[in-house]
Amino acid sequence: MTSGAGILATRRGVGLRAALARRPVVVGVTGLVLLLFALVTGIAAGSVAIAPADTLGILGRRLLGLDVAVTWPATAETIVMDLRLPRVLTAMVVGGGLAVAGAAFQGLLRNPLADPYVLGTASGAALGAAIAVLIPVRTLILQFGLLHALAFLGALGAVLVVYRLSRVGATAPMTSLLLTGYAVGSLLAAGLAMAMYLSGAGLRQIFSYLLGGFEASSWGRLAVAAPLIAFASLAILLRARSLNGMLLGEEAAAHLGVDVRRERAILLTLASLATAAAVAVSGLIGFVGLVAPHVVRLLVGPNARLVLPLAALLGASLMVGADLVARLLGEIPVGVVTAVIGAPFFLALLRRAHAGYEL
Amino acid sequence: MIRLDGVTVAYHGRAALQDATLHVARGERVAVIGPNGAGKSTLLRVVAGLLRPVTGTVELAGDRLDRLDREAIARRLAVVPQLPILPFATTVEEVVALGRLPHEHPVRGMRPGDRAAVAAAIERVGVGHLLGRDARELSLGERQLVLLAMAVAQDAPVLVLDEPTVHLDLRHQIEVMDLLGDLNARDGTTVLAVLHDLRLAAHFFPRLILLDRGRVVADGAPAEVLAAERIRDVFGVDPAFVRAGA
Repeated sequence: MTSGAGILATRRGVGLRAALARRPVVVGVTGLVLLLFALVTGIAAGSVAIAPADTLGILGRRLLGLDVAVTWPATAETIVMDLRLPRVLTAMVVGGGLAVAGAAFQGLLRNPLADPYVLGTASGAALGAAIAVLIPVRTLILQFGLLHALAFLGALGAVLVVYRLSRVGATAPMTSLLLTGYAVGSLLAAGLAMAMYLSGAGLRQIFSYLLGGFEASSWGRLAVAAPLIAFASLAILLRARSLNGMLLGEEAAAHLGVDVRRERAILLTLASLATAAAVAVSGLIGFVGLVAPHVVRLLVGPNARLVLPLAALLGASLMVGADLVARLLGEIPVGVVTAVIGAPFFLALLRRAHAGYEL
Repeated sequence: MIRLDGVTVAYHGRAALQDATLHVARGERVAVIGPNGAGKSTLLRVVAGLLRPVTGTVELAGDRLDRLDREAIARRLAVVPQLPILPFATTVEEVVALGRLPHEHPVRGMRPGDRAAVAAAIERVGVGHLLGRDARELSLGERQLVLLAMAVAQDAPVLVLDEPTVHLDLRHQIEVMDLLGDLNARDGTTVLAVLHDLRLAAHFFPRLILLDRGRVVADGAPAEVLAAERIRDVFGVDPAFVRAGA
């Protein structure tokens, strides 16, 4: 038996991660600062640069009603309020939502490589959205509703197929998951290509889903996406306990008091909802849902109660940063930027997984 | 504490457990033995509420098991799981803390009482020297002990184990058996364990339940259950082999 003093002595020797795990507040505050920095930089920088002080001034005046002396031209205010702010906020919401969905998928499938992109959830949502574009509906609200509904159905359908087919026993082994995700993703890509072929006037819109990006952001679109993503993310966070239970597998989760079938269904639905709402507003943007939860887990450990909100913060900052880079490079698709960061990350994870314990 | 009445369980039409009736009283220490395929693990899964019997009833601490939700079961019965594959780097204390899931606040998580229970379980099982390490890098025996600590942290009146000594060397096997005895004697924990090793079972458990082809064929003190002709019948081995160590 180890004495209490012995436990304390070994605790002193734990590494950086274990130390940070006890200081989630530090990581959280750092994340918030990072997000604020991303927000201000994302609004200030662009083809027309606006001084950070002016950016803060405009935001303070217009959002908080502060009595700030106007030192900027009227165009700056228009650029900030009508173009950049909705765009940066959309990027934040989408990045946060994809990160939460990624963390939930990884926890449910017990696989660090699961994310909305790899699982085909995002492609399913894109196909659903593309089909909605093909259906001639004249009322704008109806069309918007249809778009979101079909994106959600597409996401849910894709994830259910991949989930069912890739499972061997209680887990989804790496190879099986990746291959199933690839096969289903290819089929969905074919569907998207077909939708583009049939689209006529809608081609541009469907093409924009494929590329992914925030140039079409508006307050109106944000007003639909933000509540959906916020609802799904919060509801997932409230089920952090179930995700924690799944760490040891479904049977152990059941022994720890988790109603596995029910929780799995709810979490898959919520994560699909977050993905679909993100895809409907920004198209296909990969890897943020993979990178953000993974980096956070390295810092604070696998406790979903910490991983989910911190991954949301990091995902939001990452997405704003990626969008900024995309804008500064002359409006290249943001998915290209996230892929350049994310793909090597994914490959590194895969190599580590092969060298390590999971297979 | 645990009561099975005429329980039959079938997998794909084949009965894995047939008309099993048994009662384990509060504070008992019982080992379930039997050859491979006798229905030992099935029995544990029924007791843990993972398998619903086709016929018969199961009671846990006075309530019908099928009327309890998973959380209520987890507060009454802790199971030491088979060695799982951990998908993410997880420290030993994070694994042990999972034992508090049925008790912790659903939103806020662990409270001070939960942390105290985790620390107590770590000390009780003697895994303090492993704190801070990634549970995936431990030896099988060490991982087994960490999972046992997790189940102890669950603080349930019934502890169920499936082959708890399978990855352990002899010294650790005896340590685990002593620990189970201690939990049973000091805390009054009811212990139900599936064991392959008949000598360990006979030495450390006052009551054995022998299963064969899905039926309870003997239930009682080791000397009675491990009678020579029964060992020959059920296990198909020379009884001297078992008796020498018992």
